[in-house]
Amino acid sequence: MFEIFGIPSNALFGQLLIGLINGSFYALLSLGLAVIFGMLNIINFSHGAQYMLGAFVAYLILQYSGLGYWPALIVAPIIVGITGMIIERTMLQWLYKLDHLYGLLLTFGLALIIEGVARNLLGSAGLPYTVPESLQGGRNLGFMFLPNYRAWVIVASLTICFGTWFVIERTRLGAYLRAATENPTLVRAFGINVPLLITLTYGFGVALAAFAGVMAAPIYNVSPQMGSELIIVVFAVVVIGGMGSILGAIVTGFGLGVIEGLTKVFFPEASNTVIFVIMAIVLLVRPAGLFGRRG
Amino acid sequence: MKKTMGLAALAVMLACGTASAQQINVKIGVLSDMSSLYADIGGPGSVAAAKMAIADFTKDHANVKVELISGDHQNKPDVGSQIANQWFDVDKVDMLIDVPNSGVALAVSEVAKQKNKIFIVSGAAASTLTGAKCNANTVHWTYDTWMLANGTGKAMVKTGGDTWFFLTADYAFGHALEADTSAVVEKNGGKIVGKVRAPLNTNDFSSFLLQAQASKAKVIGLANAGGDTINSIKQAAEFGIVKGGQKLAGLLVFSSDVNALGLQTAQGLSLTETWYWDANDTNRAWTKRWHEAGAAAGKFPTMIHAGVYAGILHYLKARLAMGPGEHDGKSVVAKMKSMPTDDVLFGKGTIDVTGRKRHDAYLFEVKKPSESKHPGDFYTLKATIPASEAFRDPKDSGCSLVSG
Amino acid sequence: MMEQRVSDPLVDPSATPPSALRKQSETIAFVVMVAALIIAPFFTYPLFLMQAMCFALFACAFNLLIGYVGLLSFGHALYFGWASYLSAYAAKTWGFTPELAILAGIATAALLGLLAGSLAIRRQGIYFAMITLALAQMMYFFALQAKFTGGEDGIQAVPRGHLFGVIDLRNEMNMYVLVLVIFLAGFLFIYRIIHSPFGEVLKAIRENEQRAISLGYKTDRYKLVAFVLSATLAGAAGATKAIVLQLASLTDVNWPMSGEVVLMTLVGGLGTIFGPIVGSFVILVMQYKLSVLGEWVLVIQGVIFVSCVLLFRRGIIGELANKLRIRL
Repeated sequence: MFEIFGIPSNALFGQLLIGLINGSFYALLSLGLAVIFGMLNIINFSHGAQYMLGAFVAYLILQYSGLGYWPALIVAPIIVGITGMIIERTMLQWLYKLDHLYGLLLTFGLALIIEGVARNLLGSAGLPYTVPESLQGGRNLGFMFLPNYRAWVIVASLTICFGTWFVIERTRLGAYLRAATENPTLVRAFGINVPLLITLTYGFGVALAAFAGVMAAPIYNVSPQMGSELIIVVFAVVVIGGMGSILGAIVTGFGLGVIEGLTKVFFPEASNTVIFVIMAIVLLVRPAGLFGRRG
Repeated sequence: MKKTMGLAALAVMLACGTASAQQINVKIGVLSDMSSLYADIGGPGSVAAAKMAIADFTKDHANVKVELISGDHQNKPDVGSQIANQWFDVDKVDMLIDVPNSGVALAVSEVAKQKNKIFIVSGAAASTLTGAKCNANTVHWTYDTWMLANGTGKAMVKTGGDTWFFLTADYAFGHALEADTSAVVEKNGGKIVGKVRAPLNTNDFSSFLLQAQASKAKVIGLANAGGDTINSIKQAAEFGIVKGGQKLAGLLVFSSDVNALGLQTAQGLSLTETWYWDANDTNRAWTKRWHEAGAAAGKFPTMIHAGVYAGILHYLKARLAMGPGEHDGKSVVAKMKSMPTDDVLFGKGTIDVTGRKRHDAYLFEVKKPSESKHPGDFYTLKATIPASEAFRDPKDSGCSLVSG
Repeated sequence: MMEQRVSDPLVDPSATPPSALRKQSETIAFVVMVAALIIAPFFTYPLFLMQAMCFALFACAFNLLIGYVGLLSFGHALYFGWASYLSAYAAKTWGFTPELAILAGIATAALLGLLAGSLAIRRQGIYFAMITLALAQMMYFFALQAKFTGGEDGIQAVPRGHLFGVIDLRNEMNMYVLVLVIFLAGFLFIYRIIHSPFGEVLKAIRENEQRAISLGYKTDRYKLVAFVLSATLAGAAGATKAIVLQLASLTDVNWPMSGEVVLMTLVGGLGTIFGPIVGSFVILVMQYKLSVLGEWVLVIQGVIFVSCVLLFRRGIIGELANKLRIRL
């Protein structure tokens, strides 16, 4: 054991690992936002509420069908993703020809509705959800005690994040998506069902948020406001990373999680604001974001 | 015979006459958070408790007529202040009760003072309400931060938890809770081995909990509230802190929070409350009636709700004793302070000169899931703190109403 | 691609009525509004009206940016709230007379507007909105921690004081007149900005910024000035509110407050002069009267947001103006 800047090394590495875990959630959520924004040019303000819905649906699944964490990890995102697609079909699609800000306002209103309904139905204090049996406990890594669940969080999010990046950037489907964003008319002329593609994309982005919600349920308080507290930080992450960049969202998410974790060690009072400060600096130096494309 | 009949008739007439002359009309407003963070600890449950109190009192005293209105301050001091002003000025409300959220409570307390009306705080925690910011129109029922700090702190040190590590929410409330508890722990022979400040609404306490674990303190004091407390407890369970032998002391925890956590996660948590629904048969019966009065099924009443009930009862007793006619806020509160309190929920107690209601407090420990026999069976009683010790001595309050 | 102006701008200028009628309609509406505000305190609770006027001014200030420059600021609570804090602190701790306290608040808002604006103006559209939101959130956390703001408790028991040292503002009528004067002054100032050469340039920027640049206008400077003006007026609203309600709290700097002013303007009518005023009164009335439906407040606000965006994009005043073919 040695000391770095007065902090014992095991504490430091422990915090780095934790920062990576936090970063997983930032990455998952900003990935969903980046996918939706990159493909649809819509700022999905209800992303936080949909994250919360994922956790709530997981709880409801547990309550009413007895199905636990593992089924919920798949079922909940699908359910919430479907609600997302319904939203897109019934409300969002009318806004594409209007100024982008209307999409932001609509999803903001939706976020209020979702949060309000969740609160009325299930109370404001929160709902119990525990870590699944198979992931309970942890192992002593020597420099810290790592709960198994947290290790799972890192592995799962890295997989999903890079899986998504791969699909979008390296597969034909992803190529269609990217082309459809650039020039929908031309892509349609090729016989590709662009509206369906867009609906599915929004549904996928929302499902990503819900997936993050299910992952959060065992360790964070499942309450109606769990999303709104997180979403503003995630927006800052997305701005830093560059709004339409998938890779940017992933890297920035993990990176900022680590930076926040380090701040908690050296200067805990500032860990709330550090991300916003970084955002301000990035905007001064590189207005398009770290990975963003200008224009 | 005729004379007695005549006299009897006269007596009846007089009685009826004086009965209607003794009609007392009051209007009570329950101002709470109906739609947001504190809706479970206060909210519609407080309104249900108020209705019960009014029904119970007017059942025995037909000459008292009580009108009840309720409002939602939405956790915004502006809204709370506006509603309080309107209620006092326009709606002729005499007494306002509940108000979870200390910021709103301070604002409403100020309004009550300006309009010379009455404000009974059940929901809010700030001990400054009977301290530096006290006034002659405000009564603070149920609990406050001083009581929480002293209750949990002292009782835990006495039961062996003499080394403490604080996980504090980094804002005024958290600091106050930490400061008060530290003082008590040290006064009773304990030692503070470390502390860390986490920003408000932190999601992930892992790094802070790791530090707490490393400190090997016997007790980890959670100087935070609401979602922060729930998250720290949930994550502490994840890191096996309680299993590892350290005790968690929640400095502000309600039974609704325990409900939200579930016993699996919250087991072993120590906390102080002044009323628990499952403590005895009286409370259980009251809880059944509370559900019938309109509270949501599946929820359990908190000490806040009990405070609303008891506070209204005592207010009505005082009003009755003062007789019909107009009475300004200060004089009614003075009357409330002069009368000892006695109700089925809090038992015997008093209201001291600062407006602080004094009653027994209880140190509870959350049961293991296996120990819980029915839904809502959360606590084991660990210690009872008598009223004389549970609350701050008026001499130490800094309240201007304390003479000398 | 992301920042290209789409064919349908945020504010629909298609309803352009003949000029003579337009000038008249605005004046008539103004007279009606002033008359209503003068007699209202005799029928409605004055404290509520004063709070409504503060929010109306706040909404008008916000509308200056979105309606006439096309910039959606999602963090306007920053200026409203911090002006409120400084005004409260100045009145309570420094013992300023109310007019000086309000000026202190306004100065704070202007400064913050300058700092935030210079950062945010670097981007447009969505990015701009996100940046304003994030900056506001940063300052919210700062307010939470700072000693002088009182944190969760806020600054309470702010004295009404004596205006200019002589007029006792604890008298509700005196306070009302002051608030009315401030509101009307702010409103007229905004009106003047809109109907000035400066305002024309702003509208040109809203329509097509590239073209304005090609015509030689330093659009960034214009946008920054508009931003600072908007922030300053929002500050005037906040500073006055602190004296009226005698408190300043975290609610004033938190992002739901920013969302609320967007809602007020949306409901009333983006880009109309009287829209924000009507919108703020409507929303405030709802907030208090809907206490009955307590648990549903958030949901109802959300539903209104959604319906306004989908169906009533012009807002109350906007629809009215469109139907009557006048400018409001």
